[in-house]
Amino acid sequence: MAQDIQQNTQNGIANPIIRVRDITVQFGATRVLDGLNLDVKRGEILGFVGPSGAGKSVLTRTIIGLVPKVAGSIEVFGVDLDSSNTSQRRSVERRWGVLFQQGALFSSLTVRQNIQFPMREYLRVSQRLMDEITIAKLTMVGLKPEVAERFPSELSGGMIKRVALARALSLDPDLVFLDEPTSGLDPIGAGDFDELVRTLQRTLGLTVFMVTHDLDSLYTACDRIAVLGNGKIIAAGSIADMQASQHPWLRQYFHGKRARAVMG
Amino acid sequence: MSGDPKLERIAKGNALALCATGTWTASFAPALERIVAEAEKLAGGPQSIFIDVSEIAKLDTFGAWLIERLRRSLTQGAVEAQIAGLSANYASLVDEVRRVKANAVVESSPITIAGMLEQIGRAVAGVAGTVAGLVDMLGAVLAAGGRVLIHPRSLRLTSTVHHMEQVCWRAVPIIVLITFLIGCIIAQQGIFHFRRFGADLFVVDMLGVLVLREIGVLLVAIMVAGRSGSAYTAELGSMKMREEIDALRTMGFDPIEVLVLPRMLALVLALPILAFLGAMAALYGGGLVAWLYGGVQPEAFLLRLRDAISIDHFIVGIVKAPVMAAVIGIVACVEGLAVQGSAESLGQHTTSSVVKGIFFVIVMDGVFAIFFAAIGM
Repeated sequence: MAQDIQQNTQNGIANPIIRVRDITVQFGATRVLDGLNLDVKRGEILGFVGPSGAGKSVLTRTIIGLVPKVAGSIEVFGVDLDSSNTSQRRSVERRWGVLFQQGALFSSLTVRQNIQFPMREYLRVSQRLMDEITIAKLTMVGLKPEVAERFPSELSGGMIKRVALARALSLDPDLVFLDEPTSGLDPIGAGDFDELVRTLQRTLGLTVFMVTHDLDSLYTACDRIAVLGNGKIIAAGSIADMQASQHPWLRQYFHGKRARAVMG
Repeated sequence: MSGDPKLERIAKGNALALCATGTWTASFAPALERIVAEAEKLAGGPQSIFIDVSEIAKLDTFGAWLIERLRRSLTQGAVEAQIAGLSANYASLVDEVRRVKANAVVESSPITIAGMLEQIGRAVAGVAGTVAGLVDMLGAVLAAGGRVLIHPRSLRLTSTVHHMEQVCWRAVPIIVLITFLIGCIIAQQGIFHFRRFGADLFVVDMLGVLVLREIGVLLVAIMVAGRSGSAYTAELGSMKMREEIDALRTMGFDPIEVLVLPRMLALVLALPILAFLGAMAALYGGGLVAWLYGGVQPEAFLLRLRDAISIDHFIVGIVKAPVMAAVIGIVACVEGLAVQGSAESLGQHTTSSVVKGIFFVIVMDGVFAIFFAAIGM
């Protein structure tokens, strides 16, 4: 099964890793996403922006399968998530990692147990290897090995984000979803985090789907930017395309005071 | 392109080349671990070792780490194992893994007899801490109560009424139902056993004294400890977890005054009311069973009840209620404020809130029994 999926994605490099078609999501009478289309290409870092409450997190959660959709189709790694059976879905889930906005670390487990949790479920590896890989992951996200025995409540906000990223990466996924990874970090910490995402993307060949509000992240980390508005993607392209766009919200966003400050 | 991972050995005189092929990823981790453990035995043999990774189809952190582990264990003394044929794709991954200090894994301490003794000692010492915590909270609540007496406007009336609704009004149906059933059961058992020596009517004495003095208030207190004590602990605990209590403190509010006092007040007012309603429901249930099952007419039941019990019995019961409420409330609030950051801690403290609450209620009941016996009530 996993082999098939691998074949599918290997055959078509041009095929997008995430393919969202005509997605509609509704909560009661409010339509949050309205016939939205989006492609995420293999190996890119896609920055996803939009005004607060536009439904960025909703789209992420819809793709992951946490929010039910009214209409449309979602393909991840070439597998249609609606028509897939449980084992297909599991093999897709095994290949993605998710970083939630608040980290969502398991509060009653130590950092080490948090990172090893998916490994125990999906892999059959010795405790020694798991421990060593845990240290490797912690080193990759820029934390010291001593952190491993701490509980999430004993970590700072930035450390929680890093540990959550290490957990998202614990199975060496091909795709990671980052929901506002730099929110709540100081500018230097946020800059480090962007750098980290870039490095990891290069070393592990990741595809990154990043919801963000951080202009710095968009400029330094992202290959491509998609903008959400009125339940649709109103623009997608490089940062230069965004700056050239005449859309009023985009003009305000990319030519506002803060944007000018970032661009120097 | 992919396939089972292999490590082939090609010896050339004193040099040894290890050719890695296949897929070196997490999915093949068990096989990879075996291969690497096998190859690690070569350490100390050949003079120079190359690990050729050019034929690897796919590499991830697991594979890269195992190759790095192999390189480290083959590097001994003058011999340095080297990784060769690294493609540009994987070079940065292998570099990244090379920075890892593997021996830094912190082992959790094994269970020893000394460790177990230490735990027992700490638990015993903790009892003193628990009592101190309860006394501390009692003092803080009384102090806050005193401040409210001096400045009555600082009482959180809305909050108190809200908690009264939760603790008292919403608890009435279940408390009345359960005490009613208990009254029925006491009467049925009494009639069943008293009938053998023709003392049917004494069931009324037993029911009246038992319900008014003990069962009514004790049962209701235990139920309130389970129902409202646990709720208090969970509420305060999750507020503590999310730093809401710290937020209150920074705004210049006293959490005891804002959170604990209204809850305590609600509980202290609620328990006597609930105990009274519970006692009435139990007497009603007992009377009903005595009539339908024991054939005691309601008039006879009431006459007998009037003779059997005095106002003293009722006072003995109802006086205990506010004290028990205070004990339940203090235990619940102390436990709630002791919650640490994790979900597990919240569960532990909620459990111990109910267990300690019920324990102290029963202890208090015993103390009251001795006291009332001494003053002859």
